[in-house]
Amino acid sequence: MFSKNNLKGWLYLLPALVFIGVFMVYPLIDVLIYSFEEGYNFASQTYNGIGLYNYSYVLHDPYFLQAIKNTFILVIITVPLSTSIALLISLALNSLKRFKDLFQTIFFLPYVTNTLAVGLVFMILFKKTAYSEGLVNLLLNMFGISSIDFIEGPYWAKMFVLCFYTIWIVLPFKILILTSALASVNKDYYNVARVDGTSKWRIFYRITLPMISPSLFYLIITGFIGAFKAYSDVVALFGVDLNATGMNTIVGYVYDMLYGNSGGYPSFASAAALILFVIVLTITVINLLVSKENVHYQ
Amino acid sequence: MKIVLEHLTKQFISRVNKNEIVTAVNDFNFEIPDGKLIGLLGPSGCGKSTTLNLICGLETPTQGKIYFGDLDVTELPPENRGVGMVFQNYALYPHLTVRQNIMFPLENLKGNEKLSKEEINKRALEAAKLVQIDELMERKPNELSGGQQQRVAIARALVKTPGVLLLDEPLSNLDARLRLQTREQIRRIQKETGITTIFVTHDQEEAMSISDLIIVMEKGVLQQMGEPQEVYNNPHNLFVAKFLGTPAINVFEGKIKKKKLYIGDDLIGESDNDDQDVYVGIRPEAFVPSDKGKFHCAFDRIETTGRDTSIVCHNDHCISDEDIRAIVDADVKLNNKDGIIRFDLKPHKTYVFSKTDGKRI
Repeated sequence: MFSKNNLKGWLYLLPALVFIGVFMVYPLIDVLIYSFEEGYNFASQTYNGIGLYNYSYVLHDPYFLQAIKNTFILVIITVPLSTSIALLISLALNSLKRFKDLFQTIFFLPYVTNTLAVGLVFMILFKKTAYSEGLVNLLLNMFGISSIDFIEGPYWAKMFVLCFYTIWIVLPFKILILTSALASVNKDYYNVARVDGTSKWRIFYRITLPMISPSLFYLIITGFIGAFKAYSDVVALFGVDLNATGMNTIVGYVYDMLYGNSGGYPSFASAAALILFVIVLTITVINLLVSKENVHYQ
Repeated sequence: MKIVLEHLTKQFISRVNKNEIVTAVNDFNFEIPDGKLIGLLGPSGCGKSTTLNLICGLETPTQGKIYFGDLDVTELPPENRGVGMVFQNYALYPHLTVRQNIMFPLENLKGNEKLSKEEINKRALEAAKLVQIDELMERKPNELSGGQQQRVAIARALVKTPGVLLLDEPLSNLDARLRLQTREQIRRIQKETGITTIFVTHDQEEAMSISDLIIVMEKGVLQQMGEPQEVYNNPHNLFVAKFLGTPAINVFEGKIKKKKLYIGDDLIGESDNDDQDVYVGIRPEAFVPSDKGKFHCAFDRIETTGRDTSIVCHNDHCISDEDIRAIVDADVKLNNKDGIIRFDLKPHKTYVFSKTDGKRI
């Protein structure tokens, strides 16, 4: 392992290794250690003992359970929806003969738009203020439906806004990936299929889908991971006191345990972070297993 | 099935200059007889593939009609024309096995054409046996050699027993040895099935060796159609003469003066035509070294490649890009005094072309 040549190699790798060690490996191990230290006191940096109490506390904390529920709902709704909407839009874009570039640009705009600006747009759309009901409510009123408070109202309304926002914010990137994947499918496959009299649906299902499956799979995996890590979007919509609004996510819970009103509990935060890690790992492994059958790398 | 093209024309708008119109296929009129193997031959970009796409329906003609038998198929979409097509890159679905690839067209059938699973399997196996890949049925395309992939593509095109089989540059992605084998395979498969087959190629040797008929085209214009040997022996114009044959035909500046044909000052033959400047094409095998030969060249060297012995020489009036090549008997005795070599020319291998339009005169 440390023959002369290898030594050189390791030397070249050293800067990267140092960075990874300091900023990735060490904190990871630290989090693991924190999560088992019971009754850790932030001020005196002492703890009572070692055990699973932190995990037990977190798992019994109603705020954490709410955060888990919120996160799972968010993941289950937004990942399939955003991916399939992106796929539909990409297919439509790909079949356009004229104005393709124009529409591609339009669909990609949100990606380069400032998050705060996006937040503002959503305020205009959904937020009830002293001066305005919000654009969506105005529309609802037009159809004779009474106003709904999307930001401070019922749980389902808030969840709807959150999912809507998340889907909207992740769409451009997914569309970008999928349009390029679709464009890279060799046209001859479609020509062969046409000569052979393949129906449109069958072409999509048996040719297009398998051909773009690696990109699709990449988007699903990163979509899952991204949605599980949701936090900043929630803050942008509902403010920082997420526990009070009942809209907290797992990452939000971790943050609150560290720095929020109830903060100063690195052990609880670490335990929650590790639970999130295990969840994401499990989902990713399941994804990988499923993908073995259905994803076709060339 | 017999294929008839009537005034078939296809024009595109140029990709480079939007105001320019490119005529890929220019007023084609010909009839392809039933059950023959046809080589569609021409240099790259001459409109061969466009012709093929027009026949299979992937492109719609700007003008003209296409008939399969007596049926006008000009307006029919490709799936209703009953054609099988093999693309240059084979376009095998990479995620499907050989069996699934071959079964694919059959699974598309709907309504009363729909086949049972067993029937589909049976037909796929028959097609695979025909092209001799029935032992590779469970493999994926990337586990096959180029030649095997090629045969899978043919099996897939044949499985629906089409009336017409179209092959776009079927051999260009194969190495030299495989190319020889595969072209024999194509010949055999065509003979066994009797399906009218058109294949596109830029390789004249390939077209000459297996086709019943060849169609030579250049810049969208049909140059000549006929049996390969006939076209070779009797080219209608300078392009066809230059395009067929390896080594290529030697072309000289010549002139007709008082019913006599000259290259430089060498009187090499007679002509019934009026006085004019002409091109003279002389096939490499037309040269017979002879001390009293009428035509003289500056001797350069002798080259032996395999069984062919060729004399390489120069003549100021030669306008071919390469040196003059004369293929001669291996045991020929050469008498090249002062570096000059003299030839007799076989008249039926010597052609005269008009200098204005390249037509044979």
